[in-house]
Amino acid sequence: MTGAKILRSVGVPIIALIVFLLAWEWLVWYRGWPTFKMAAPSDLPPAYMRHWELFLTMGWQTLWRTVAGLLLAVLFGTLLGMIMGFSRIMRDALYPLLVGFNAIPKATVVPIVALIFVGQHDFNTVLLAFMISFFPIAVSVSIGLSTLEPEYRDILRALGASQLTIFWKIALPKTLPEFFGALKVAATLAFIGTNLMEIVSPHGRGLGALFDSGRTNSDFPLMFAVLIALAFLGIVLYYIVVALERVFAGWAERAPG
Amino acid sequence: MKPLIEIKGVRHAYQTDAGPLPVLDGLEIAVPEGGFSAVVGPSGCGKSTLTRLIAGLMKPDAGEVWLHGKRVRGPRATVGMAFQNPVLLEWRSILKNVLLPLEIVPTKLNRKQAEERARFLLSLVGLEGFEDKRPSELSGGMRQRASLCRALIHQPDVLILDEPFGALDAFTREDLWMTMHELKAREPFTGVLITHDLRESIFLADQVVVLSGRPARTQYLLDVPKSGPRSLDDLYTPEAAEQLNILRHQIQIAQGRAAPEPEAAA
Repeated sequence: MTGAKILRSVGVPIIALIVFLLAWEWLVWYRGWPTFKMAAPSDLPPAYMRHWELFLTMGWQTLWRTVAGLLLAVLFGTLLGMIMGFSRIMRDALYPLLVGFNAIPKATVVPIVALIFVGQHDFNTVLLAFMISFFPIAVSVSIGLSTLEPEYRDILRALGASQLTIFWKIALPKTLPEFFGALKVAATLAFIGTNLMEIVSPHGRGLGALFDSGRTNSDFPLMFAVLIALAFLGIVLYYIVVALERVFAGWAERAPG
Repeated sequence: MKPLIEIKGVRHAYQTDAGPLPVLDGLEIAVPEGGFSAVVGPSGCGKSTLTRLIAGLMKPDAGEVWLHGKRVRGPRATVGMAFQNPVLLEWRSILKNVLLPLEIVPTKLNRKQAEERARFLLSLVGLEGFEDKRPSELSGGMRQRASLCRALIHQPDVLILDEPFGALDAFTREDLWMTMHELKAREPFTGVLITHDLRESIFLADQVVVLSGRPARTQYLLDVPKSGPRSLDDLYTPEAAEQLNILRHQIQIAQGRAAPEPEAAA
């Protein structure tokens, strides 16, 4: 990459961010909103300074539980996608179940999960992050596998290759672009799952709990600071997925122009 | 001499919602070792089914497919295939694509020898210098050339070509016809070519099999003399015109648009 290109790929998002923060600051100032209505960006640094230790420990708790849930979702979603991708019968059988499960608002699942596994806070949170994020992965893998053109199978099958070999050499790599597309969605969904559990059934851990304490103490800048911290973690995880995509499915990217 | 590929009385039907749909009925084809047969016929007459039968990807309902004096009962490593769609793997370089069959088929070549062979084949089809490119960086004709190399890398006994040039423009197609002759001179193979192009069939093959409309049986056999068209100019001679005329007429019969001549008159 040339210097100009780096400047553009890094500079443009930063400029957009600054413009966004300035507009936000201006809006709050112009309308004269108090912090309980809307905190301004300038209210956030003091909130971070006051609670920086809490942000670090709770941010870490939220992050690792989200990633754990996401990893489970990748494992389970891929497996489920493989089953549905290779077997028509299983696809017909599982799709309605899966869609139905996905249609259930996960906020309603929180108290049920919290009751079934009383006191297992880490487990509960990981479970919810998993439940909310495996669906797009399962669907994308199953579609990727079931739409594999028969010729791709035939070039290896005609040589006597086993189904497993065909999966490893052709079906799996060919599905990777769809998989990573779904993983980007799943990564942000997993954060929603983690925070649902942390906020709806608070147990003193994670950024969700920090948000909740901001609410009970009427510390409104803290609540906004938590939201921004969550957004930051979401962006970090998203770009980790993008980096993985470049490594494993970079071939799917068309050269510009 | 015993033919290398022998198809005897093959019958096959697909199961559809409206009942069985017969596609092949009483098919007879024999290709001698080193021979190259083209199969032509109306659209949808089961030509692609035929390639899958020879490759052992499907079992016929009745009849037998023999290869090298052995009955075909499943896929074998001694077959090379190329389709209308070059089906190159986008995440591999051209060289790695060509090497793919050697990752499945047992081979005596070590890694270095295999790579040398792949490079040799690629140079035969004029793809020298493109070994490390991605398939998407190549034109359609070049991709099809690479796909031919992949079909030949493991020195198959039989090359099955299912309309490999069907999606190419006329000039690129003629280029590839010439490439096929060069390949065959350097890397002899026995082949079956499915095609819609009658000029292609007499240009490449030494025997043209005309299939009837569905369900397909062997309707007509045209032997292309050894002196047949082997350069593009040869396609515009009176002999070539006559062969094409015969084939065209046979296709019309297969389509039901011309009446077959009575036996006595033939």
